[in-house]
Order: sequence, then structure tokens, then C-alpha cells
Amino acid sequence: MPDDPNAMLDQWADANEYRWGFTTDIESETLPPGLNEDVVRRISAIKREPQWMLDFRLEAFAKWRQMDEPEWAHFPDHDWRPIDYQAISYYSAPISDDDRPKSLDEVDPKLLETYEKLGIPLEERAALAGVAVDAVFDSVSVATTFRDKLMDVGVIFCSFSEAVRDYPELIKKYLGTVVPKADNYFAALNSAVFTDGSFVYIPKGVACPMELSTYFRINAMNTGQFERTLIVCDEGASVSYLEGCTAPQRDENQLHAAVVELIAETDASIKYSTIQNWYPGDENGVGGIFNFVTKRGICRGDRSHISWTQVETGSAITWKYPSCVLKGDDSAGEFYSVALTNGYQQADTGTKMVHIGKNTTSNIVSKGISAGHGQNTYRGLVKVRPNASNVRNFTQCDSMLMGSQCGAHTFPVIEVENDTAIIEHEATTSRIGEDKIFYLNQRGLSSEEAVSMIVNGFCREVLAELPMEFAVEARKLLEVSLEDSVG
Amino acid sequence: MSLLEIHNLHANVNGIEILRGIDLTIDGGSVHSIMGPNGSGKSTLAKVLAGDPVYEVTEGTVTLNGVDLLDMEPDERAREGMFMAFQYPVEIPGVSTKYFLRAAVNAMLKHRGKDELDAVSFLKKVKETAPMVDLDPALLDRAVNEGFSGGEKKRAEVFQMAMLEPTMCVLDETDSGLDIDALRVVANGVNTLRNADRGFLVITHYQRLLEYIVPDVVHVLIDGRIARTGGKELALELEEKGYGWIESSCDSTSGC
Repeated sequence: MPDDPNAMLDQWADANEYRWGFTTDIESETLPPGLNEDVVRRISAIKREPQWMLDFRLEAFAKWRQMDEPEWAHFPDHDWRPIDYQAISYYSAPISDDDRPKSLDEVDPKLLETYEKLGIPLEERAALAGVAVDAVFDSVSVATTFRDKLMDVGVIFCSFSEAVRDYPELIKKYLGTVVPKADNYFAALNSAVFTDGSFVYIPKGVACPMELSTYFRINAMNTGQFERTLIVCDEGASVSYLEGCTAPQRDENQLHAAVVELIAETDASIKYSTIQNWYPGDENGVGGIFNFVTKRGICRGDRSHISWTQVETGSAITWKYPSCVLKGDDSAGEFYSVALTNGYQQADTGTKMVHIGKNTTSNIVSKGISAGHGQNTYRGLVKVRPNASNVRNFTQCDSMLMGSQCGAHTFPVIEVENDTAIIEHEATTSRIGEDKIFYLNQRGLSSEEAVSMIVNGFCREVLAELPMEFAVEARKLLEVSLEDSVG
Repeated sequence: MSLLEIHNLHANVNGIEILRGIDLTIDGGSVHSIMGPNGSGKSTLAKVLAGDPVYEVTEGTVTLNGVDLLDMEPDERAREGMFMAFQYPVEIPGVSTKYFLRAAVNAMLKHRGKDELDAVSFLKKVKETAPMVDLDPALLDRAVNEGFSGGEKKRAEVFQMAMLEPTMCVLDETDSGLDIDALRVVANGVNTLRNADRGFLVITHYQRLLEYIVPDVVHVLIDGRIARTGGKELALELEEKGYGWIESSCDSTSGC
């Protein structure tokens, strides 16, 4: 092992000081609040979409109108239901829809300034880190780097709008195949009104030469974000995709309902990593983002592999289950998660592993940390279908509690319809130990440092799955998110 | 001014008084031992000095180098030079010993106004120090105390002591659970660390440890008070006679 990876992380983190809570004033073209068929048509028209795309939206919208908001999630302290869908504006763009910048020189300097504050100067950091960044800023992609380099090996990495225009056959072939239009209430809403997002296609046999990274950012007031991500890994291809989000402080609740679809063909491998640190609301639980996301991948081909890693520290409410449909024989799904809730944050998250193919395996590691009045719920499904022989699943589900006002809950569901399956489930719940804190205190470390160290240790297996720069940001985030949570 | 001065120290746990008026002065360069029967308050004294929040000090004063120790948080005490080798070191899953120890060493250095160690100089110091307690450096890549044997935990405690260079070292029954070879190794480590400025308070149940770490002063703690103080020969006497003869010479109301 490297001598001291943590030291390297520290240095990296110091050099990339993380800053919070700012808003950039950029002229937005924003649709007035409200949702009806005209709004759906208007979004499609603004984006100059072909008829088939509009049809997709309209079908989704028709279905959404017939659906009811789901109510089964476990959010004891937070009432999210008064979301007024007619009070949300469904489109906002930093610049008019024409003339998307071809290079950074053409990008609004204020936007670049925002990236600076976020610690992600595209021109330097992306190059240094070897990461291509498709930055989604208020619904429209404004900067994409490294595209040429990626194109050399046939990798497509572009905004979803561009993909609809330039690669309609691929979009038509794959869009909605993993998360159908009417999969659930929020997925249907997204399918109707999504504004932009990312599209990735890795052709046969290509290992994507760099990690692909998208930074999402919510900036305009009262604008719901409806991102759409579609990643297709063709036979024998592989990719690692990073998604990270930050948001400036604000008072208004904001709905975020993204849809992410992953498709892994035979022998393909997709690794999808997320750091989510949207505004969680103030100390009284006022404001904050509602993060209701549908993420699902399908291992379509034999021996394919999908791995989800997420570090969830933000949002007032997080409600999502990155899942894997293991259809191909010998395919494998993984889910590694850290969910931290502090203040009045609520998280109901977990995964679904659906074993359809033979000899499929899944691995689930979930770490929930609750502090303050935070409520943390793990909800998981492991399903083994009748024809799926020799399935292996291992689930580890650990919860850590800090203080006496928070809660941890687990709802694991296992449905096995084939006798040959071996399913293991381990779960622990612990209070952060005063004895551990005292031990570290006795070695000269402050209580804050001690808690941060204990929590990072608790999450180690998950953080180890993240690419290094992401692991640093994750560690920083856990630290910052737990500030003032030790009495 | 002595290194450590304890006056009339009283402490409770869960409302029950355990320490009932301790007076003790330790000079730099000297080794004091505290012996006593089970439940006499030996470990409580160690933990109260280190600032364990479980214990409540109700009366008395403690100074370290003239500074009020009781007024400080446990981490401040540690940075001021107070070190306690735990009787039962806790495990901290997922935190590598190296990472933890470097953070601790640097916290000390920073407090002393010295430059913090980079990864290279830290590892150099580790390599120089580990042989002192015959510690397998591979242990340091494992999580703090996780999966360590009893002997490894105690060696790791003394190793940490050597790395952190405290001025006042409290060893809380460091000999418990050690076989004779491990005991020798740990004692050698402690002896190596003895110098003119550093004070030691060695808490033990048995005289055995004191054959290897030879104390300057031996105190017998009974019922939360120091019942006898003597030279190293007192330990031998206790070995021979047990604690009964001191206990019987004490009176529960008037003390010893």
C-alpha cells in the first residue's frame, strides 16, 4: 500500500479549499412557474428537439398527471408533500439557447468565477486531474473539455441536448429502457420536463482513457432541476463516471428529480460515483433541497459489471436507490454508500439488486451516520428470480448515531425464488463512542478531529471506492457536515 | 515547582466517591508507582489525570508544570505533556494506526511551536522508534488497536508514548495480561524513555512489573487514599504480606 495515502489526501485537500454559500448573478432565461402540456412543448421547442423527443415527453407527462405522489418513504420530521408543482419554473438557462460556447473563452466570466469558488477551475484542475468536465449550470451545458481527446477513441461525452441532436439513434435505442417513462412519480416528471444532463457512450472494447466528471449546480431561485443522464457501455468497454454537486445557501425548498440510466453490455463495466452536498436547510430545518432521484443500471450482457458509490451529505431530504438489474449471466452489481444526516436532514436511501441471470453477484455496503435531529433510513431489496441460479449477495449495513435526537432505521427486504442463492446480511448500529473520542483526545486530538477521524474510519470501505480527488472532497465534506455536532 | 502536583484530589463516578483526598508530588526524572488492591481507585486516578469525562472531580487541585490541569480539556492536557497508557486501549475501526499517530504527533509538535512532520520524516521516526518496543511495523498499517493481541496493544501504547514524547507518563496497569517476555519488552521501552525531565506514574497490581521498571517511590492506594509511601522495598513487602496489613492499620473514618 502507499505509505500514507491520507497524508496525500490532506495535502490535496489543503490545496483545494472548499468554499460554500455563494450565489452568482447570471442573467437567466426562465419560464414562468407552472406545469402543463404547453410548458412541456415549450421546453422541447426551446431545445429544438425532434418530434420523437417531444412525443416521449408528452407521453411521460400524460402518465405523470395520472400518478400520485408516493408516500411510503420514512421522513418522520420533514413534510415534503406541500410541493406545489405549479409554483416551480421548469426551465432556466444561463444564456439564450443559441451559441453554446465552443471554448472557455466564450464562457460567461461570472460562471467561471463560480467554478473558482467551487474549487473547480476547469482549465487547470480538469487538466491536472485528467478529468473531463461536462458542467451543467442551471440546466444547460456550458463547457465541455477533453471532448476531442475522447472522440479520438470514439468515446462520446456530451450534454444530453447535443446527444438528442447529434446521436438520435443511440438516444432512441437506450433512453427510458432502464427507467421507463412512468417508472415512478418523479421519474415520470423528469421524463416530461428534463432540461439537460449528460450522455456517455463508450464503444466496443474501449476503456475510457479518463474519468468523466460532471458538476451539477443549482443556481437560479425556484428552479427545479430535472437532469437526465444516460451512460451506455458497449461490449467489453469500461468507464468511470463522477458526479458531484454543490449549491449556494438559500431559503427556498428546491425540488431535484434526476434520472440516471446505466447500460452495460457484455463484458462492459461502469463505475458511477456521486458526491452530493446540496444545501441541507438551516439549523432549524428551514429550506434545503429535496433530492428525489431515480438511478438504475442494467447489466444487460454476460459478465458485465455496474458499481454505484455515493456519498450523500447534503439536501434537506434525500430519497434514492441506485439499483442494478443483473440480467446477464455472471454479471455483478455493487452499491457503496455513505449517507450523513445532520440538523434536520432526512435520508431514505439504499439499493435494489435484482438477480435475473445465472451466477450473478451483488455486494452492498451502506454506512449511515445520523447527527443532530437527522434521520437516516436504509431501504434495500435483494431479489432473486426463479431462473437465477447460484446467486451470491452480501449486504453490510452499518449505522452510527451521534447524540440522542437522531435516528437510524433499516428496511432490508430479501425475496429469493431460487434455492441455490446464498444471501448474507450483516447489520450494526452503534453510538459514536465517548471512549473512542476520549482515547483520541488523550493523544492530543480535539473532539472535532476525533469525530472526523472516527467517522472517516467508519466510512472507509466506501470512501476507498472513490477516485482519489473525490475521496478528498468526501472526507472534507464529512468533516464540514459534522461541525458543531459534538457537544 | 514539581512536574506534577496533586493536592487533596477527590473524584466521583456516578455520584460515588472513589478518590477521597489524594496528595502526590512527582518530580521530573522520577518514577512513582501506585499499588493497591482492586477497587482502591488506582485506575480512577489515572483517568482523572487524563481527564476522562466519566469522572467528576469534586475537590482538590492538580498542576502540571505549574499549570492547572483540571481546567483543561483532555486533548489540551495531552498536548501539555500528559500521557496515559490505557489499560484497555479501544479499537477504532477503519482508521490506520499510522494516520492516527501522525495526526497526534503533529498536534503535539504544533502545540510546542515546532514544524509538523511530513510523511517521510514521520515514517523515519516510526522506524527509529518501533524497535524500542519490538513492534512489528506492519501493525501500524492496521486500524488502531483492531485485531491486536493483548500484548500488541500494550506495546502499541508504549510505542505511542515514545512517539509523542510526553513529559508526564501515566501507565495504567500496563502489565495486565502480559506474559513475562512481553512484560520485559514493555519495561525496556519505558526505561529507555526515562530521562531527567520526564516523570512516570506506574500503576500496577503486582510487584512483578517493578522488577523491570524500578521505581523511586512506591505508594499504596487504599480506599481512595494513599495509605503508605515508601521506597522500592515497599513493593517487595507488599508482595510478601499482601495489602491486608496496611488495610487493617487504616480506619474507615479517620483514615490511615
